[in-house]
Amino acid sequence: MDKILVGLKRAVDYNVRVQVKSDGSGVETDGVKMSINPFDEIALEEALRIKERGEANEVVVVSIGSSDAQQQLRTGLAMGADRAILVEADGVPDTLSVARVFKALVDREAAELVILGKQAIDDDNSQTGQMLAAIWERPQATFASEVMLDGDKARVTREVDSGLETLEIDLPAVVTVDLRLNEPRYVKLPDIMKAKKKPLESIALADLGIEPGPRLEEGAFEPPAGRQKGIMVDDVAGLVAALKDKGLV
Amino acid sequence: MAKILVIAEHDGAALNPSTAKCVACAARIDSADINIVVLGSGVGDVAAQAAELSSVSQVITVENERNAPAIAAILAPQIVALADGYSHVFGPSTAFGKDLMPRVAALMGVNQISDIMSVAGSHEFKRPIYAGNAIVTVKAPADHPVVATVRTASYQAVDGGNSAAVENASIEVELPSHTRFVELQTGSSDRPDLQTAAKVISGGRALASEENFEIIYKLADTLGAGVGSSRAAVDAGYVPPETQVGQTGQIIAPDLYIAVGISGAIQHVTGIKDAGTIVAINKDEEAPIFEIADIGLVGDLFTIVPELTDALGE
Repeated sequence: MDKILVGLKRAVDYNVRVQVKSDGSGVETDGVKMSINPFDEIALEEALRIKERGEANEVVVVSIGSSDAQQQLRTGLAMGADRAILVEADGVPDTLSVARVFKALVDREAAELVILGKQAIDDDNSQTGQMLAAIWERPQATFASEVMLDGDKARVTREVDSGLETLEIDLPAVVTVDLRLNEPRYVKLPDIMKAKKKPLESIALADLGIEPGPRLEEGAFEPPAGRQKGIMVDDVAGLVAALKDKGLV
Repeated sequence: MAKILVIAEHDGAALNPSTAKCVACAARIDSADINIVVLGSGVGDVAAQAAELSSVSQVITVENERNAPAIAAILAPQIVALADGYSHVFGPSTAFGKDLMPRVAALMGVNQISDIMSVAGSHEFKRPIYAGNAIVTVKAPADHPVVATVRTASYQAVDGGNSAAVENASIEVELPSHTRFVELQTGSSDRPDLQTAAKVISGGRALASEENFEIIYKLADTLGAGVGSSRAAVDAGYVPPETQVGQTGQIIAPDLYIAVGISGAIQHVTGIKDAGTIVAINKDEEAPIFEIADIGLVGDLFTIVPELTDALGE
């Protein structure tokens, strides 16, 4: 195939313990480390491996949001993507609009495969790939743990609650990736230097002709109800007694 | 009045308990008229089980051999055709529902709400974000249907004993042929499913090998419990991925959860927040799991777990 599109979302780093602001207006993101959403890194790694096997010609990384996301796109280029597109918007639009952005880019680029993370670790929505596949009227293979291309088809193994499900899908298609698909490569310094010379194009959201649809409004943010620290027991006999006390054994 | 369509999850023979939990969520909306749709092939038995759920006024079956096994791209257009006239369409926040519902929402031209954990109004819901580190209230536009997944761990299944009417609907929409089911490999275990197990024993990286997980299995079998794991244990190859509990694995709410050799990273803890009683067994007394455990025991799991199995097996 010719092109693979990969989405890279700029998200709060995996290791950051996110705190709700005291006035409930959002979560604290000032001075917090931002990274590529970890699932998106896996998506990019898979695209790069497909290209390295000679099964695709070009890997294009896409991000949507403020110009800060250039940082994550540059990291994607350093990992090995050929080209980057930033769709500039005030913050990240609603998910359906994000899916429409991808659809517009798929049309523009004539991409045959879109690989996305199965969810972003900030909003934990797990929606974009499925929505893109819906409006594109193409197959979706979500939560992938194995992707095998075979001409104009792909065999994708998916992590489902009861085990592993395998689907055969016709290309073009959308694949969203799970944790076990691969281990993303580390970026080396010379790659970072090389990435500076790779093309990074900015497009305004409005220029894609996308009108945000009916949005979900976010109201108050609150910290989760905490669990109280319980009792400590000294030995197995104490544990069994405590469990019997609660009627659990 | 709210008219709510709940999408049944099933395997062709049995209704998945996630459906009864979606109904419980739907019933929290004022004066809700709740219908369940069962899409499949030969789903009479499943429909009968759905009809027993309290708060349900009607069960609709959509029979089509292409509906089994369930494929999101094939089910979604049928659900959209059926959703006409409904104010809400709910599915479970399981792998099945997470795959399907965004596709339904996008075809209907609306955004989707993921993981409803509490109902604040007919168009206002609370949901967890950032691995459960924050809860946000989201408001859906009042003039559009609400499409959502329900965080099943937040709800108790509704009771049975009902006998709702069952009606077959025939839906004439074009179904795509671009997606084909090949196979489903399930674990060969006879242990209870994580989502429905009353008791779950989970092992972490400290188990140190696939063989060592045998002590977890023995304890689980003594208690009739399901077996879960941390991401670290799955990544190390000790246990299959479907056992993973946490932000990116399964979110569960058993009556008893025993975490063995699991440090308690936030990504894991978010998957067990709604458990009844959490027991932690860990050799590191500083492990964060003890901050949320109801009962903690510091010590060597390789001594404690067999001892506990013996004590409970007596």
